[in-house]
Amino acid sequence: MIKVHVDMNLCQSHGECVYAAADVFELGDDDVLRWKEEVDDDRRAELEEAVNVCPMAAIRLEG
Amino acid sequence: MDPLVIVGASLAGARAARAARMAGYEGKLVMIGAEPHLPYTRPPLSKEILAGTKDASSCRIDIDDCEVDWRLGEPASGLDLDARQVALAGGETISFERLVIATGCRARRWVGAGGELRGVHVLRDLDHATGLAAALADGRRLVILGAGFLGCEAAASARSRGAAVTLVDTAPLPMPGVGDALGRRCAEMHHAHGVELQLGIGVVAIHGDEEGAVEAVELANGARLPADLVLVAIGAIPNTEWLAGSGLTLDPGVVCDAHLAAVGSAGVFCCGDVAAWPHPLAAGELVRLEHWTNAAEQGAVAGRNAVVAPADRVAYEAVPSFWSDQYDAKFQAVGLPRRARRMEVAETGPDGERFIVLGCDDRGRPVAALAFNGGRRLPWYRRMLDGGADRKAILAAVEADPKSFAGAAVVS
Repeated sequence: MIKVHVDMNLCQSHGECVYAAADVFELGDDDVLRWKEEVDDDRRAELEEAVNVCPMAAIRLEG
Repeated sequence: MDPLVIVGASLAGARAARAARMAGYEGKLVMIGAEPHLPYTRPPLSKEILAGTKDASSCRIDIDDCEVDWRLGEPASGLDLDARQVALAGGETISFERLVIATGCRARRWVGAGGELRGVHVLRDLDHATGLAAALADGRRLVILGAGFLGCEAAASARSRGAAVTLVDTAPLPMPGVGDALGRRCAEMHHAHGVELQLGIGVVAIHGDEEGAVEAVELANGARLPADLVLVAIGAIPNTEWLAGSGLTLDPGVVCDAHLAAVGSAGVFCCGDVAAWPHPLAAGELVRLEHWTNAAEQGAVAGRNAVVAPADRVAYEAVPSFWSDQYDAKFQAVGLPRRARRMEVAETGPDGERFIVLGCDDRGRPVAALAFNGGRRLPWYRRMLDGGADRKAILAAVEADPKSFAGAAVVS
């Protein structure tokens, strides 16, 4: 499993991660980001894309 | 493929370097940058850096582990495809086997009277931003030529510093190209924050005092706007002069194929603001984009394509996205708004403080969706655009979707 960390002090709800991995990241009705903290290894490419497209460099993967 | 040379040390170049390393490239990697700085990210320049809430070090792009041989502070001045060499302005030549061109754009300058006066600024590079931020420190009178995204963001940042700000544009509404609904909302917002708007009128000249410092901006109707500082925010020009005569096709960016390979070359790839490539959303016509996300994603594809086997190269066809932060509002967009001929509000929240605009091209096909404080809806629109959904289907789905602002309005 890959652990997904988001620094919510940096996140500005751009939503680029949602484009990259729609069922891992989601912007709620309040525009605050929600995400799955543990994701299967076979989703690594999408998660890395999410890390790369975050304008705030707020996403970090572990494992 | 050794060495790989990347010309341009900003976001697209940095992402190309990282992607080349991630793809297994272990050879020599040279990065040439015109500015003296290591790669940094530009969106904060017109926002936090200008507002004085972040310092320059916060903009650095992490590239420490990419083992780059840096050539900073000197622009490339020529490309010889036969000799496979890049010339630097100082006379040095650097040999390459594979090349990534990521030289971006520079700010368009005011070429009319007064462009050389002290106090006339552009805003593109880190040094521009720190220079203007310092000049704004004691809250002065700033006139901004150009009410596009950059001019609007700079206006908001300068207001937060207490400057008296005037935004001037020949267009009737700010942010030309995003449609009237968003443009009007943007104008209202700047007005509410005390920005003077001079729209639908051109600038004739910038006037200075006896000591060569800017004093006023003269409009086409004869009005003179007193100014201590002028920000020229009238667009950007691709940095391609160094490629003149190289054999590459310039239009005005570097023309590439779908895999970002420069047309008329072998082993030369291109990314970021300088690249023009055929996009599916533009029916295969060339597009060139000046957005952060495009530089980031396209840089990664170009860097990878430059080092993998030809059969493993991938086409770059991401649906574009970009944003603008002004005051507490967030504009976000997906697609190609510049290709839209018709913009219509597709959904509005009950309080009117959130809405989405759908843009369709000259054949009525949806090509863009733009949000005012409604970014959470854009992933859905992006999927619709990516899937080629037609306008009626999108509008019907919005009406029926309880998660849409329109659907929410009906439910409540």
